[in-house]
Amino acid sequence: MAHVAAVAHTGNHHEHPLGFLQKYIFSQDHKVIGLQYLLTSLCFLFFGFSLMMMMRWQLAYPGQPIPFIGGLLGEANAPGGIMLPEFYNQLGAMHGTIMVFLGVVPLAVGAFGNYVVPLQIGAPDMAFPKLNMMSYWVYFLGGVTMLASFLMPGGAANSGWTSYAPLSVIATMGQTVWLFGMVFLITSSLLGSINFIVTIVQLRARGLTFMRLPFFVWSQLVTSFLLLLAFPPLEAAGVMQLMDRLAGTSFFMPSGLVVAGEVMPYSGGGSPLLWQHLFWFLAHPEVYVLILPALGIVAEIVANNTRKPLWGYNSLVYAAIFLGFMSFIVWAHHMFLTGMGTVISTFFQTTTMIISIPSVIILTALFISLWGASMRFNTQMLFALAFLPMFGIGGLTGLPLGLAPTDIHLHDTYYVIGHFHYVVAPGTIFALFAGVYHWYPKVTGRMMNEFWGKFHFWGSLVCMNGIFMPMFVQGLAGVSRRLYDGGQQYAHAQGVFHLNEWMSISAWMLALFQIPFIINFFLSSRKGRKVESDNPWEATTLEWATPTPPPHGNFTVVPEVHRGPYEYSVPGHLRDYTPQHQPEKA
Amino acid sequence: MQIPYTVAERPDTGVFNAKLGIWLFLASEVMLFGALFSSYILLRTGALAWPHGYTILNVPLATLNTVVLITSSITMVMSWVALRNRDFGKYRKYIGGTVLLGFVFLIIKAIEYGAKFEHHLYPSENTFLAIYFTLTGLHGLHVIGGMIVNAYFWGPGSKMWVTDPERFTNRIEVAGLYWHFVDLVWIFLFPVLYLL
Repeated sequence: MAHVAAVAHTGNHHEHPLGFLQKYIFSQDHKVIGLQYLLTSLCFLFFGFSLMMMMRWQLAYPGQPIPFIGGLLGEANAPGGIMLPEFYNQLGAMHGTIMVFLGVVPLAVGAFGNYVVPLQIGAPDMAFPKLNMMSYWVYFLGGVTMLASFLMPGGAANSGWTSYAPLSVIATMGQTVWLFGMVFLITSSLLGSINFIVTIVQLRARGLTFMRLPFFVWSQLVTSFLLLLAFPPLEAAGVMQLMDRLAGTSFFMPSGLVVAGEVMPYSGGGSPLLWQHLFWFLAHPEVYVLILPALGIVAEIVANNTRKPLWGYNSLVYAAIFLGFMSFIVWAHHMFLTGMGTVISTFFQTTTMIISIPSVIILTALFISLWGASMRFNTQMLFALAFLPMFGIGGLTGLPLGLAPTDIHLHDTYYVIGHFHYVVAPGTIFALFAGVYHWYPKVTGRMMNEFWGKFHFWGSLVCMNGIFMPMFVQGLAGVSRRLYDGGQQYAHAQGVFHLNEWMSISAWMLALFQIPFIINFFLSSRKGRKVESDNPWEATTLEWATPTPPPHGNFTVVPEVHRGPYEYSVPGHLRDYTPQHQPEKA
Repeated sequence: MQIPYTVAERPDTGVFNAKLGIWLFLASEVMLFGALFSSYILLRTGALAWPHGYTILNVPLATLNTVVLITSSITMVMSWVALRNRDFGKYRKYIGGTVLLGFVFLIIKAIEYGAKFEHHLYPSENTFLAIYFTLTGLHGLHVIGGMIVNAYFWGPGSKMWVTDPERFTNRIEVAGLYWHFVDLVWIFLFPVLYLL
């Protein structure tokens, strides 16, 4: 790294110093925007989790007043601290919306993508810095709108995060605000995805061919295409639902709809199924938007800490592209129960089975990458290693849901909730934690504390499984999701009802185990051990060739790439890693 | 700090940044209108009865509007050609004409809407009118968006012609691609809603 450090003093561009507002608030620097995304989405992640912790009290102890905070929820939501069913529904809908659209995706794409992608491709910034800034602020506006919906008469949206019509069309005001919030979030992700694709295609450093891109960049590229092409149909659906709600049209309203004994004043002729098609046309690719960046982060960390090249880089790339393509034609496997017909069901079962192949290829390649390695078990590697089986459980439990005969029994039970959360919580969120620990020294110039990192990891691993594993048991017993009392009134739920208490305690414990992470995260930026070099993990990719932390404009010399992304332990080389920008073997 | 390929084309991809950006944006727009057209097909095939557009809507006015929009696409191209020929005066005329034709389109559209409302034909009347107002309304918003951009390049935005003429020419090309797309959407809307 000596030559990089040497040019750091000479090659700096002298630019006008920026004021506080331009530097930290309305910044056009991809790194500052990435950090803005990081902090905002982590807050939303914790907020969405808090909603769930309240719901878990109601599930574990139905009808008992919520301790400590019960009185703060207001008489309209929780009289005497006891949660009303309507409020429970609001919390459920907003938990899903906030976690997916305001938490995980902005963290995976907005934060990590923004910060790391331009560095890994050797670019000075994103292709359109102003659009990048706008993307963050529109996202922020969308988040504020979603939060404000709790203040509407009748509270926030309460028709589930899927907003199925016709229920959502006749729901309270909060649903309208939800739709406006979604329009902001869709706009933000549209601006972001265009920016990512153009940046990756146009701003790659000299010599950085597509098949030399780090797998993380590939995962972001495919993710951006999914966001670009899958979100607009939901925007169209959102516009139609707004028309139904505000202009009285009947896009999603069937003829002769009767609610509470009254014929609804709609002309009818619409199709409730149309909403589901348009919604899942987005929301299934969205699942891969949630998982692909996570796979990218894990691939980087696995290669770095096994000190070996990734096994099957080409298959990983082609699998990711195929996965992205297939994700557009599997959406209706969420709708087997709607009676859309066996022919359509057969088609979507087949595509669903086909899409499991690239997922298995990626996971297998990552597992084989571990073979025969002498690993470094640092915190980020622990999170990455745990990701593999956790995502595996999530993926394998998805197979019975992709086949109509089994799905009909399992659909809308806790089994589905368990399956999805294994993919996203100990799956994606673990990978995102791994990314925080991995890139922290590049961003701050200091290391996070290893002991508290490992404490955070083991606690989270145990608690996550404590929450989600029993869901499979409850689901197989037939307990429906979205039940306000957790199934207390159902005979078939009696045998598994006691698990609710165990799951809820695990959830609250999980929150406690995040406290050391939060303290570690903020304290280490001031008190953490300083890094000795610009490349503390001895990694090969370009982000480690910048000064620490990278200045505005990133690189002090325009980097040139001479080799593939994972040249670890190459025989004949002096060191066990050869950075991509290193000209000849050393 | 200088972002590469804002003006010149990248040799191996053959495009400058904004051109790739606008094509990607148009791809997402195709998905947006594609979803609405698909909804139209699904609703129509599922409907017991569906009126023919020409029995309700004003076909002559819409034909006139089609001519207006196609003409505006031509003036848009001419404005870009004028810049390529370094003729700024001609450019101002053509881009100004494009904005004016956009206005004409909106005025005719407003007359059409007004006539419907006069006969109490609102979006809530039936599914045909619902999709008609949604599609043409969304298209109208796109026209307004394009007009704002073109008006900006006619007025304050044209200062860039002095400082960076090549980049300014690129901007007009990109704005033109968007304007042609808006035109193209109408070419689909017109037969689907008015004639079929």
